[in-house]
Amino acid sequence: MTLNRTPLLFAVVAVMFAAVGIFQSWNLAFTVLNLGLISAIMTLGVNIQWGYAGLVNFGVMGFIALGGLAGVLVSMPPVPGAWAAGGTGVLAGLAAGVAGIVASVITWKKTAHMGGKRYTIMAAVVLVSVVVFRMIIDPAVAAIESFESAKSGYLGGLGLPIMISWVVGGVLAAAVAWVIGKVSLGLRSDYLAIATLGISEIIIYAMKNEDWLSRGVKNVAGLPRPVPYEIDLQQSPWLIEFTQNWGLSIVDTSSVIVKVSYAALFTVVLLIIYRLSEIALRSPWGRMMNAIRDNEVSAEAMGKDVKAKHLQVFIIGSAVIGVAGAMLTTLDGQYTPASYQPLRFTFLIWVMVILGGSGNNAGSIIGGFLVWFFWVEAEPIGLALIELLTFAMADDNWLKLHLIKSAAHTRYIAMGLVLILVLRFAPKGLIPEVKR
Amino acid sequence: MTDILNALVIFANFVLVPGLAYGSQLALGALGVTMVYSVLRFSNFAHGELMSFGAMTAILTTWALQSQGIGLGPLPTALLALPVAIVVTIAVALIADRAVFKYYRKTRAESVIYLIVSLGVMFFLGGLIRFIIGPNDRVFTDGQRFIMKARSFKQMTGLNEGLAIKMSQGITVVTAFIMVAFVFWFLNKTRTGKSMRAYSDNEDLALLSGINPERVVMITWIITGALAAVAGTLYGLDKSYKPFTYLSILLPIFASAIVGGVGNPIGAIVGGFVIAFSELTVTFAYKKMLTYVLPETLAPEGLVQALSTEYKIALSFVILTIVLLIKPTGLFSGKTI
Repeated sequence: MTLNRTPLLFAVVAVMFAAVGIFQSWNLAFTVLNLGLISAIMTLGVNIQWGYAGLVNFGVMGFIALGGLAGVLVSMPPVPGAWAAGGTGVLAGLAAGVAGIVASVITWKKTAHMGGKRYTIMAAVVLVSVVVFRMIIDPAVAAIESFESAKSGYLGGLGLPIMISWVVGGVLAAAVAWVIGKVSLGLRSDYLAIATLGISEIIIYAMKNEDWLSRGVKNVAGLPRPVPYEIDLQQSPWLIEFTQNWGLSIVDTSSVIVKVSYAALFTVVLLIIYRLSEIALRSPWGRMMNAIRDNEVSAEAMGKDVKAKHLQVFIIGSAVIGVAGAMLTTLDGQYTPASYQPLRFTFLIWVMVILGGSGNNAGSIIGGFLVWFFWVEAEPIGLALIELLTFAMADDNWLKLHLIKSAAHTRYIAMGLVLILVLRFAPKGLIPEVKR
Repeated sequence: MTDILNALVIFANFVLVPGLAYGSQLALGALGVTMVYSVLRFSNFAHGELMSFGAMTAILTTWALQSQGIGLGPLPTALLALPVAIVVTIAVALIADRAVFKYYRKTRAESVIYLIVSLGVMFFLGGLIRFIIGPNDRVFTDGQRFIMKARSFKQMTGLNEGLAIKMSQGITVVTAFIMVAFVFWFLNKTRTGKSMRAYSDNEDLALLSGINPERVVMITWIITGALAAVAGTLYGLDKSYKPFTYLSILLPIFASAIVGGVGNPIGAIVGGFVIAFSELTVTFAYKKMLTYVLPETLAPEGLVQALSTEYKIALSFVILTIVLLIKPTGLFSGKTI
């Protein structure tokens, strides 16, 4: 049964995208598909954490944003003036910050026997570290941010090809996940959920405010692309000839070609990550993770270091989410910290995982595609539904006007219903986990 | 002497008064979260939206009252709308329990499943709210804006610095006090309240003593709904209502509940004020205050601000982390989650 269901569902998804292409436009279809592919990778990341190991990570948004930050740091050209103004100061400040954290951790570990005095000493160490850190970094940051602040006002990136940031984004997310995991793993699921939600908010706040790093809410636009630009395509002779022969619009065609190239790149990444996830799941490591998820006490009794394994799986899942975050920023061509909202980037991904089937990678991908599709198409569908329900009302009826204006919000209601109904009637999702 | 008084007035104006109001809002929210946790044993992520729903009902009722020309004079009309908001929010909470949460109680689901289910309720309510009232900012205060204006305070005392108390702040503190007093009286003095505490302490023992669990759960939702409606309306009244803010206030609310000790009502109240005051004291710029107190030669140059205001939200989380690391049961030894 399960064997037959997977290709069927993929066929359904394909038909849906084809329908958008035929009835709306191919341009839109590929826009939806590209974001669907990215969503599917994010979903795989969450599935590794939740489906394999039962960890509740409500900080998905934070890791996506870290991936996006990697996009800026890798691909944008460096700003030499800003580096001259405060580059060394910032590096020294960051070094001081790291030293402060190390000092605090060492103090905390060494003072375990001291009882009440421990907290006083700890507070003093932390206070001194913060003051030193701020004294070194504040002037440097001010110098950087005032350097051509309308145009740059930040350090810039490394000027490397943006596809490198997909890897860097994963590494960055993994590094942050290690810190978060060290602090909050080992707590029970509710705490982990709240803690990760909080950390993701902090990451976004930091990105909005640390202008020297990524311009904060001033955004970074014009990130370089891994694929050709529409303008260049429109001037290339082969495309001009091709569109003339087939009687197509050159503007639309060039834009579709760009999106198809993105889709091809994303598909390759998705397939690689899917393959690796499957290998991991089928390996002894995957079976051990499931064992820990299903019965932590027994797994511990069998000699498994549950906390260390949780940390491992948390880092791996977060890295996958970070890769997807970098891809998202690549696709957007710009980095806008204010656009990261927990409903869209954390909880929506969770709906995808739950709908697709926790613990099943193919299911997660299907969930990613389906939920993303309905998230985009909820507005037209909701509108059509409202038109249908209110056809008897006059066109200037206030209720009808209000409902039509609010059609976009049906997507939240729909997602809530999906989550509630799936958990109630099909808690294993569309493609249930395969028990081996 | 006047210098010290001036400094104190600055502190009261920018930290004490706003902190009391914000702390009361957090405390009411945290009390709701804690009630659900101690009886139903899960962290309710839909609580923010429940608050939002209450505030929305209050706004709609306020508009209806205003269009009829009914008001409370100097007090905001929203106070008249509050009972309606409470009743509607309780209804929403009970419906959500019947339609969604009850099934998982029956099947004795793990708390993490409840958690994700509450996400579904959060999405649904959030969408419903945006559907009904739209995503935009709504200001619904009316009546007198200030209990005390900064200028009249200066005239009254002859000090340089003014102390302003907004009507919404005064109402928040008074209403929150009444609500909290009522909840505590109910939990400690009534038979039903005692049965609720018994159920929360030891479910099996409570069942053996003939306590009806469904009744306990129902009353929990009634109290939670009422608390959420009041907290949401007060927050909206104080800061202006925007559906989207009720998701971000969820974090300080959870932090308050955990810092105080999850499942402990007193802890929730204290936690609310701890979070509110630490947010304000750490992000407050002490420059002006210090210039009054310190001799001129020592007057500070910078803002003397420990953290910029943008990082407020980070602070509630930092406190949460410290408490989790040092005393996971919270200040008042709640349940360890």
